[in-house]
Amino acid sequence: MEFRCHRVASGCACGPALVTREPISFLGNVDPETGRVIDPSHELCGKCVSGKVLIFPGGKGSTVGSYVIYQLKKRGLAPNAMINLRAEPIVAVGAIISGIPLVDRVPEEVLGIAEGAEVLVDADGEVVEVL
Amino acid sequence: MYLSREEDGILQGDQGETLRRMMEILVALGDIYGAERLVPVRSAQIAGVSFKNIGEAGLEWISDLQGHVAVPSILNPAGMDLERWKEMGIDEDFAARQREVVRAYERLGVTADCTCTPYQIHPDLVRRGDHLAWSESSAVSYANSVLGARTNREGGPSALAAALVGKTPLYGYHLDENRRPTHIIAVDADLKGSDYGALGFLAGRIVKDGVPLFRLRGRPEQDDLKALGAAMAASGSVALYFVEGLTPYPASGSSSQRNDRGNEKSNQWINKNIDKKIEREAAEKIALENKDIDEVYERYPPGDSEMVALGCPHCSRAELERIAALLDGRKARRELWVCTARRIAEASPDLVSRIERSGAKVICDTCMVVSPASERFRKMLVNSGKALSYIPGLCGVEAGFASTEDCISMAEED
Repeated sequence: MEFRCHRVASGCACGPALVTREPISFLGNVDPETGRVIDPSHELCGKCVSGKVLIFPGGKGSTVGSYVIYQLKKRGLAPNAMINLRAEPIVAVGAIISGIPLVDRVPEEVLGIAEGAEVLVDADGEVVEVL
Repeated sequence: MYLSREEDGILQGDQGETLRRMMEILVALGDIYGAERLVPVRSAQIAGVSFKNIGEAGLEWISDLQGHVAVPSILNPAGMDLERWKEMGIDEDFAARQREVVRAYERLGVTADCTCTPYQIHPDLVRRGDHLAWSESSAVSYANSVLGARTNREGGPSALAAALVGKTPLYGYHLDENRRPTHIIAVDADLKGSDYGALGFLAGRIVKDGVPLFRLRGRPEQDDLKALGAAMAASGSVALYFVEGLTPYPASGSSSQRNDRGNEKSNQWINKNIDKKIEREAAEKIALENKDIDEVYERYPPGDSEMVALGCPHCSRAELERIAALLDGRKARRELWVCTARRIAEASPDLVSRIERSGAKVICDTCMVVSPASERFRKMLVNSGKALSYIPGLCGVEAGFASTEDCISMAEED
């Protein structure tokens, strides 16, 4: 299965999908020390974003979230790639400064990708592939 | 978004990895907000300075960058007075990290002035009609509203990207179409001093991210406008406002590209046709009066505040003069901070020593909102609508609100 997309942050990476229909605030929702979602009200609570292709509608919350993404990356705990329906500045800037491929403008079907399915995000080629 | 050949080259990495990523940030934001192209900026003011906010990760990111800013750039307030941090109760560890943050910015050519009022210390950073990439919400509001410049409220990385590239994407408050009043607020009250902060505190909650136009009875001074805009940017996210008859006139042209640099008549507030247009287009009309302003003071009484903090936004020289005059011959028995920009303090040593003779501390480079030194207090009394909005959430400290005179009387109490 393939989807066209729009490049926000360049690069190409793959990994198992971690999918949510809820926006993510990296400041507060994700623990920069472990990569785990720690907000009890978030549907991903207890799951780890590290090494995943994180698929979510978009970011929200404080702009400090960009630095949290960078912090995750520096500790080897970041997602391998991210897919948003519509990128917003916090996650976009976080992905760019961290060198994590990020694409957006994908059809809503991507939120139906099964958790754990292997997904390739080729931001430079502007294509997402479910392997 | 359209990129010139040179801009596209930067995006391809022609000028190194740092500039490539900076251009990537600008292009991503331009795409998100539908910008047609980039526009050159006169200056940048960069957020992401207080180590309390950016932490180790932010410090590492800034330290990893290479290059030199393309336009004059200064910083937001830091987490401490860069010289007198010990007196503020800041620990050695935090101080070392904070100094590293500032040094990392200096290495990129950023001037280490840490202030929310760049326009008070470097008048050449902004002129009417200029495009800017400024971060601090009150400075953004002042530049857009009082100085007639054009800037969005930039995050730390996007302001730094604009500083290094010398450009920003053309969207939001850079365009005339987003610079028209959405609300008309008629204020039937005699306002002075901290009342403008109270008014902003109320108005920000009402208009949220709108563009209010105020009809006031009196004529606010520059420091009053500073307080009004700062409070609205904190209690709401107002980045542009108008005061009828006083601030630069709202954009009226239909072309989004029209630049109003220098070619507007100073007296356009009496253009009845445009006034009618504003009346028609502004969605909401709001009336406020003395009792609304009074309610802000009543809702946040001084109580037993163990510390008093003035200078949010940073005090101008005129405000330091006023505080010095109020403190002459008096003793500050409670902790009293007067926050300002280092350059203003250094240019007014006489005022600083008059203020400090009372026992008050003139604190530079930082403020009660961004410094972790605030967190050890239980209750803080402020004369600022902005500080009133932020202190409880960001510092975990209860806030009271009072006039400058009442703040100083509280500081004097045993």
